Amino acid sequence: MSGIQFDIAHLLAGGLVLISLLMLYQDRLTALINVFAAQAVALSLSVAWQAFVQDAPHLYITAVIALVFKGLIIPVALHRIIKRLGVHREIEQVVGIGPTMLAGVGLVALSLVVMLRVTKASDQLGREDLAFALSVVLLGLLMMITRRNAVGLVIGFMSLENGLVLAATGAKGMPLVVEISVAFSVLIAFIVIGVFLFRIRERFETVDVAALDRFRGERG
Amino acid sequence: MSGFTALDAVLLIPAVAAGVLALIPGYRLSAALNLMASLASLCVAISLLFIRPMGGNYLRVDDLSVVFIVLSTFVGFTTSVFSATYIAHEVEVGKLTPARLRFYHAMYQVLMFAMNLALIANNIGLMWVAIELATLTTVLMVAVYRTHEAIEAAWKYFILGSVGIALALFGTILVYVAARPVVGEGLAGMVWTTLVAKAGAFDPALLNLAFVFLMLGYGTKVGLVPLHAWLPDAHAEGPTPISAVLSGLLLNVALYAVLRFKMLLAANPGAVAPGPMMMAMGLLSLIFAAFMLYRRRDIKRMFAYSSIEHMGIIAFAFGMGGPLADFAGLLHMTMHSLTKSAIFFTVGHIAQVKGTQRIADIRGLTVTHPVLGWTLVAGVMAIAGLPPFGIFTSEFLVVSSTFARQPFLAIPLVLGLLIALGALLLHVQSLAFGEPSPGVAPSRASYLPMFGHLALVLAAGVFFPPLITHWFQHVARQLG
Repeated sequence: MSGIQFDIAHLLAGGLVLISLLMLYQDRLTALINVFAAQAVALSLSVAWQAFVQDAPHLYITAVIALVFKGLIIPVALHRIIKRLGVHREIEQVVGIGPTMLAGVGLVALSLVVMLRVTKASDQLGREDLAFALSVVLLGLLMMITRRNAVGLVIGFMSLENGLVLAATGAKGMPLVVEISVAFSVLIAFIVIGVFLFRIRERFETVDVAALDRFRGERG
Repeated sequence: MSGFTALDAVLLIPAVAAGVLALIPGYRLSAALNLMASLASLCVAISLLFIRPMGGNYLRVDDLSVVFIVLSTFVGFTTSVFSATYIAHEVEVGKLTPARLRFYHAMYQVLMFAMNLALIANNIGLMWVAIELATLTTVLMVAVYRTHEAIEAAWKYFILGSVGIALALFGTILVYVAARPVVGEGLAGMVWTTLVAKAGAFDPALLNLAFVFLMLGYGTKVGLVPLHAWLPDAHAEGPTPISAVLSGLLLNVALYAVLRFKMLLAANPGAVAPGPMMMAMGLLSLIFAAFMLYRRRDIKRMFAYSSIEHMGIIAFAFGMGGPLADFAGLLHMTMHSLTKSAIFFTVGHIAQVKGTQRIADIRGLTVTHPVLGWTLVAGVMAIAGLPPFGIFTSEFLVVSSTFARQPFLAIPLVLGLLIALGALLLHVQSLAFGEPSPGVAPSRASYLPMFGHLALVLAAGVFFPPLITHWFQHVARQLG
């Protein structure tokens, strides 16, 4: 792989990590959704670039799924959901922004240390891609922990999944990538529909996960 | 793959049945059809014992998976028998509408399809997709009653299950990355048989890291502590046939995935032994669940914790490895599946006649419903590991091989078993004996599935056929 191809792939994958960090400190849901859409676009570009570099046309399908489904449909749906829920102004954070960011930086450092050490045998691009992907996965997990709002939780999960797609496309020649990305899209669609349905049927006053805890089985 | 084989049939039957069941109104017909389809799957699975079709890059059956698939289709069949009477009652009392029922039956077959696919997949990517599908269908089935609690349980299961699934995928990708330099790019890097054959040359560091993710990911689905939080809720709030299938089958399927990757690591001399991690999580699950058993107020939730306990024992046995412990693990898994689903069949009918799942409101079952009551007593005795039932045999084997290999670990193991035994006996005493609580309506249970399961467990405890012993030993040797 020539220098410029490597640099572009590197830039796009690094961009995903950067956007993940951006998501960590968004304190409004609307902004959070927009940043997530930006990450989906960056992912789509990254996948498309990999498809071009690896000469693997089937990866373009994954790129299109990322762009249309996660970059467009899901954000629009989420914007509508939070308007209906009336939570589009604020976001609840369990931990403050400072500690969260520090933890996020720590996780990125951790994944770089772990991944670069265990993948010495692999090619340069592959190992850095994996390190970035693990960072995005861990940052997604961190986001799922720090957000109490169900929509924030869903976005955290989707950004985690972006990391997985990055890893899958970075692993050169991996089979079933398209199938797996479709399977994940189905999963995400179900989650979003689930959040949406709860509200329509007014099962809960709020989709705040803390409120769900009240119904914890051991009643009475 | 050439021609149509039993491998295709075992997938095609549930898939077609799911499609047909989605279209058929009327629960009698669909329940019967559900039963027929499950029986057909079972027959095909049994045929796999005798005629082993040639595998391809996607599907394959070997000595290990054939044990799982026969067990899986068998419990799937008996559960469909139980489900028919259980669902009839739910429809009568109006807890399920016809539309949801149609959905329920279709999902049941989709779940069977997904589990069969996961078990016969010869491709780690395909296996992952199948387990994801199984997770999705069980989430939908847990939520089928649409109560607050059911939706909350499903939501929790969904989020935790999805995170587990995601981590497992990352592990799968890492396995591929480790395999690529050796087996080359493309499909070969995910084909199970190729991976195992060439695992010795993989980068051990990468494999270790992959196993951590796979263990956490699929371990969530196995319900190992500390990743178990979804399990009690999902068991308690869904329809009881689903609790039986979850405990008896789905946990096994996830464990099967873990075992597969454990074999992969075992084939690589440089990789860290995966055993200690499984043993630690297994012991933790056992002891944690044993203590949790005491304070349960919900009967299905209590048996869900008992499932965590037993999955802990099984993970511990497989983690220790070696022919004897692996044999004990396989035996225990089989016995647990049979016993636990029998218990859930009984509990399902009990909850229906008593109209409650609260342990405090169910008393004196042996007086009001002698058959159900004594079946429950027998089931609890079996699951607690008392002789002469088969679980006693398998637990005895686990404990004795622990004494031989890791004497110090035998102390927490035996302690956990005894604590759980105490809790179960305490609860069953108040459930089965004493002053009867209201709810004396005769039950129209189908006793056949629960009697059948318990009879098998009893038979295994009294006399274990040498043929099956040989078979299990053979499989245990493969596990390494």
